Amino acid sequence: MGRYVLRRLLQLIPVFLGTTFIIYALVWAIPQDPFAGKCGQRACPESYVAAMSEKFHFDDPLPLQYLKYMGNILTGDFGDTFSGVSVGEQIGAAYPTTVKLAVVALLIEALIGVTAGVLTGLRKQGFLDNLVLVSTLFLISLPVFVTGFVLRLYLGPQGLDLFDVGVDATDPTFGQLILPGFVLGSTSMAYVARLTRSSIAENRHADYVRTAIAKGQPTRRVVGVHLLRNSLIPVITFLGTDLGSLMGGAVVTEGVFNINGIGGLIFRGIQEKEGITVTGVVTMLVLVYLLMSLVVDLLYAVLDPRIRYE
Amino acid sequence: MTALLEVEDLHVEFRTRDGVAKVLNGVGYHVDAGETLAVLGESGSGKSVTAQTIMGILDTPPAFVTKGAIRFHGEDLLTASDDRRRDVRGDGIAMIFQDALSALNPVFTVGFQIEEQLRIRRGMSRKDARARAVELLDLVKIPNAANRVREYPHQFSGGMRQRAMIAMSLALDPEMLIADEPTTALDVTVQAQIMDLLREIQVEREMGLILITHDLGVVADVADRIAVMYAGRIIEHADVFQLFRAPGHPYTESLLESLPRLDLKGQELKTIKGLPPSLTNIPPGCPFHPRCPRAVDVCRTDVPANHRLGLDRTSACHFAEEVVSRG
Amino acid sequence: MSDPGAGGAGLERAAAAAVGDLSRVDDSAQRQGKPRSLWSDAWGELRRKPTFIVSLVIILVVVVMAAFPSLFTSVDPRAANLDNYLKKPSADAWFGYDVQGYDVYARAIYGARASLLVGLFSTILTVLVGSVVGIFAGYAKTWIDSLLSRVGDIFAGVPFVLGAIVILTTFNSPTENPSAVRIITQVVLSIAALSWPVSMRIMRSATLVAKQQDYVKAARGLGASPLRIVFRHLLPNTVAPVLVYATIALGAFIGAEATLAFLGIGLRPPVVSWGVMISESRDYFQAAPHMLLFPAGFVTITVLAFVVLGDAVRDALDPKSR
Repeated sequence: MGRYVLRRLLQLIPVFLGTTFIIYALVWAIPQDPFAGKCGQRACPESYVAAMSEKFHFDDPLPLQYLKYMGNILTGDFGDTFSGVSVGEQIGAAYPTTVKLAVVALLIEALIGVTAGVLTGLRKQGFLDNLVLVSTLFLISLPVFVTGFVLRLYLGPQGLDLFDVGVDATDPTFGQLILPGFVLGSTSMAYVARLTRSSIAENRHADYVRTAIAKGQPTRRVVGVHLLRNSLIPVITFLGTDLGSLMGGAVVTEGVFNINGIGGLIFRGIQEKEGITVTGVVTMLVLVYLLMSLVVDLLYAVLDPRIRYE
Repeated sequence: MTALLEVEDLHVEFRTRDGVAKVLNGVGYHVDAGETLAVLGESGSGKSVTAQTIMGILDTPPAFVTKGAIRFHGEDLLTASDDRRRDVRGDGIAMIFQDALSALNPVFTVGFQIEEQLRIRRGMSRKDARARAVELLDLVKIPNAANRVREYPHQFSGGMRQRAMIAMSLALDPEMLIADEPTTALDVTVQAQIMDLLREIQVEREMGLILITHDLGVVADVADRIAVMYAGRIIEHADVFQLFRAPGHPYTESLLESLPRLDLKGQELKTIKGLPPSLTNIPPGCPFHPRCPRAVDVCRTDVPANHRLGLDRTSACHFAEEVVSRG
Repeated sequence: MSDPGAGGAGLERAAAAAVGDLSRVDDSAQRQGKPRSLWSDAWGELRRKPTFIVSLVIILVVVVMAAFPSLFTSVDPRAANLDNYLKKPSADAWFGYDVQGYDVYARAIYGARASLLVGLFSTILTVLVGSVVGIFAGYAKTWIDSLLSRVGDIFAGVPFVLGAIVILTTFNSPTENPSAVRIITQVVLSIAALSWPVSMRIMRSATLVAKQQDYVKAARGLGASPLRIVFRHLLPNTVAPVLVYATIALGAFIGAEATLAFLGIGLRPPVVSWGVMISESRDYFQAAPHMLLFPAGFVTITVLAFVVLGDAVRDALDPKSR
């Protein structure tokens, strides 16, 4: 098991380096002039250019620049923007909001998705089944921002006013994040429901279920213990990877609901041409995503004993 | 004296989009405590379906029991409540399956799967259940039982897994065991060991044993009586010695003839030409007539009755008496 | 790995996983001499399915809309009349007018072309690149496979929306106004660059399965060249899952175009696409929801049609449901 973890970690490192390097190169190497537009209409003064070039190692070849940057990141130093604001602080302020949003989305999608999937997977025909199939199809097809706008319009202050949509700028409560969380997780929720449904429907006819019934175990237990424990493996592993994706994808939802998270940070970084903010945020999200996928692999080994002994 | 288990005139249909398959067409047999009944037949003959109907684990729909009775200690299980049927499973009648790897739950330890019978249905404590599980694994001759109880099914070899499944089936001390092709997936040497184990357990506990198989060789060693099935019917029923010495049905005859024999080396292997009938379209008259070397007109039109060939011996052939005397 | 936050892009993941079973296409392998029988069986089944027919019809309508917009409306989508500022839908203009006085219905019809083209080209590119790399990775030696898989992981490691943001803003600063061709190309390339790993994985796993089949081993034993094996034996059996994926991905990418436009980094005026219309309606949503809802409706229905189509095709091709 330890060797498995080690192997996965070793696989992750080149991927991490590769991804972050591409991002770095895109942000810093491609644009001709990193200082374009930074100082208003005119070109920036020599001294400014010189000072910034030193600070950001612009005179070094790209790979070296990148390595120095990564070195700093790994010690927790995300650097400062051109105007001297600590990127680390910016991230520290915005990130927790996004994490909260993503967690809320994950909880909602897990709860509703799994329940819907279990109920329809056990009994494949009927009104509920068709309802779930059709609604998941819609949720999967609707672009997130459309779902967001529509729900905000009809359930928010303008419509039925079920949800308070004025999200607190710095520290939204979980309650305020329910609607945005639902929107963020909507596509995944649909997918979780379908995945659960097909997993259960497939495993329902498995031999080990037949054995459990033949043993005379109560139906509650056959379904709740034997069937579920096997059927939920792919679902749980999906939910694990989804957390990382949700954080990356929160950009759109944050835009619709005016939430000050990572998304806003990135856009500001782009508008103000602060490349360092953009690379900082994306690098961190990539790291989180890759770590989550490692966690999921481990989770998979915990859940399924068959792959533990490779 | 009523038999421990008595299956009477069982009719089961599978209703599918492509038609109705008549899977069981009047199956009847009985088993007593301490005796082994082998149910022999090709795939599709209905031997597993009968067993599953006895246990009550058929998927309904698409399966429907249209007629018949299954009496356990005289009580008709088919008319019993769901709860009562569940009671009988594992406790009165237990079943083991062909492929232990897929029949055991891959995510739980072998110990867990044995213990849950003891804990849930007998109310034992975890500690007691664990101890008993180890005892059971010992009983089926799994070495190092105390450690192996914590292992997962995929960590066992085929033969060991089958033993573990047998141990699990004995957890509630059933009066009867149905073994559905328990050795088909195993090596020949392991097969022999498992059959010996089953025999031993059966004798010790005076259990009734229904052995479902398509392998004549396995049957000869272990069975007391044999029921031969074809197209959802029992076409012959006899004591093992009688059957092998003088088969009473052309199908049984052909089966025995198709066994390769060392003393007849150099001769062509005999086969039964043709295929078993499609169960949505069973031919009229005797279901075996298209493949029967003795078929004549009456076979094509009239369904043969069960001819009595002796005490507890029947054959569903118009010419049963002639077939038997030929041997 | 594409993420659900972009609505359309997350769909891809659903597609990829939905298609997983099809990699175990063992049934058609046995019918190697007549691969047509799986397809003709599938076609026969599909023809009778109402969901398939309906989604196909919807897609055809959209395609015709994109090719011959004048069939659907006689209004000039570029005729702006400020008197009609944000007018609600009426008998004259079924979808009302937008902030600049354009007829929303006319624009939606004309916008189909750009949206569809983006979806189509992105899918073609993604599937081509992914399939080539995937077959290669599945069939070649282990170290090549590892290398290619790692490369795929690298591209997959970027969350879709973020990656698109970085790529598109790098090549177009927010103040520039790129030409239609240039921006469409960039959007297509961005989508493909971020999505090809998914299609690669599908092709790779299908190839790995097909490679194990006895008839492939037999062909190798007979001395068939790798190229021949790939084209004659592997490709026919790996097409099914990729086809299903491509259908659903087409829908997903149309959704992605809309999302990118919404974020301001995708297509932009003077190009008309559903995504552009949606992005222009952002600030006016409260006052004039019709500006957003109608193009969004078009996107949704089109994506829905592709998803349903892909689902139906997948079910028809699934050897397990025989």
